[in-house]
Amino acid sequence: MLTKRIIPCLDIKDGRTVKGVNFEGLRDAGDPVELAQRYSEEGADELVFLDITATKEKRKTLVDLVKKISRRIDIPFTVGGGIGSVEEIADILHAGADKVSLNSAIVRDPDLINRAARQFGSQCIVAAVDAKRTDGQWTVFISGGSKNTGRDALQWITEAERRGAGEILLTSMDRDGTKSGFDLDLLSEVNQQVSIPVIASGGAGTIAHCRDAIKLGHADAVLAASIFHFREIEISLLKEELQRAQIPVRQTF
Amino acid sequence: MIAIINYEAGNLASVSNALSRLDVPHTITNKEKELDEASGIIFPGVGHARPAMESLQANGLDHWLKNTSKPVLGICLGMQLLYDSSEEGDASGLGIIPGRLRKFDASLEKVPHMGWNTFSDMRDHPLLEGFSTDHYFYYVHSYYAPVNDFTIASCRYITNFASVVAKDNFMGVQFHPEKSGKAGAQLLRQFLQYALTS
Repeated sequence: MLTKRIIPCLDIKDGRTVKGVNFEGLRDAGDPVELAQRYSEEGADELVFLDITATKEKRKTLVDLVKKISRRIDIPFTVGGGIGSVEEIADILHAGADKVSLNSAIVRDPDLINRAARQFGSQCIVAAVDAKRTDGQWTVFISGGSKNTGRDALQWITEAERRGAGEILLTSMDRDGTKSGFDLDLLSEVNQQVSIPVIASGGAGTIAHCRDAIKLGHADAVLAASIFHFREIEISLLKEELQRAQIPVRQTF
Repeated sequence: MIAIINYEAGNLASVSNALSRLDVPHTITNKEKELDEASGIIFPGVGHARPAMESLQANGLDHWLKNTSKPVLGICLGMQLLYDSSEEGDASGLGIIPGRLRKFDASLEKVPHMGWNTFSDMRDHPLLEGFSTDHYFYYVHSYYAPVNDFTIASCRYITNFASVVAKDNFMGVQFHPEKSGKAGAQLLRQFLQYALTS
């Protein structure tokens, strides 16, 4: 049976893993290559790396990091953060990433999804959407959550699917880093609309939160950062508990 | 020496990294001479069937593959291209294994079939020795090969489909062994052993 995926997320800044709350206030969480290998060995089903470095040398550093990671781990991984063209996507995929996560760039240039999906296949194009609840609806924010686009998140996600995205990485900005649980309303609404996999992100604090995202929010995968980086929840324990709740998960031997 | 076929649709870095982790000497090539010298061929692939076939044809690799007697392992789209044809862009395949690839019905479940799944109904084959229905592999695909006489393990998602296929010297896996943790590494090791000793 197809299992639900547990995905640690590593935010990368200047080559280090960092973690903030509500997209602000960063603290250091270690070497990304070491963390990646640890997670891979501990039973993570996939990894996501989001580069939040803002320097000019960023692209080369990121490609080097992707090469290092891909040599060490044997599970799929996604790379995102400031990727804005088909050429950049090609660089990241050729360096060994399995998927790219596109966020601000596809809001500015939605046709990038079509071009990228045509060239590399939908399976490696993840549309990342940062959504914030405003006046009873969810609005899309870009540029690391700093810019309100005024666009309705549900409409945008539907468009991204239609244009050829293979997966949605759905982050609730209201919940990100708060450990108060995923936004189940947002997840349910999105899952009713799309027929591609949805990764729940933003708000994981407990095992029950992850269970609810899958059982109540119908998420195909749950993504979390700090609960894994700081060893608050072991992946193996999380999987045991999910299995106890009748959720299919991959067991590693 | 193992050769990884180099063409537009290959996820070459991942497969090469996996072989490096297994300490297996390998080359990435589209040259017939190098393919002729290899003990086994890995035929990876992601993306769309039609441009992938066109890319193979542009280098004459389609003829080489059809006529080789060396052990070949097709991975994901590489496996799918071993078949006659695909609904994906109404593409023709290499025609080594009979059958036509079909698209999953997205009204029933999420498509692509993305994530870790098991296989069952395994037949005796060196590639599958020691594997059980408890081993997980990473799948990501929207088209599937219907089960037929050459299916040696099947997977269930929406419908039963071919997870592992074999015909003569040709083998194929729908999942990505290079991305499937320890189980995937073991399957690759078994292909390599078969290739290097046959």
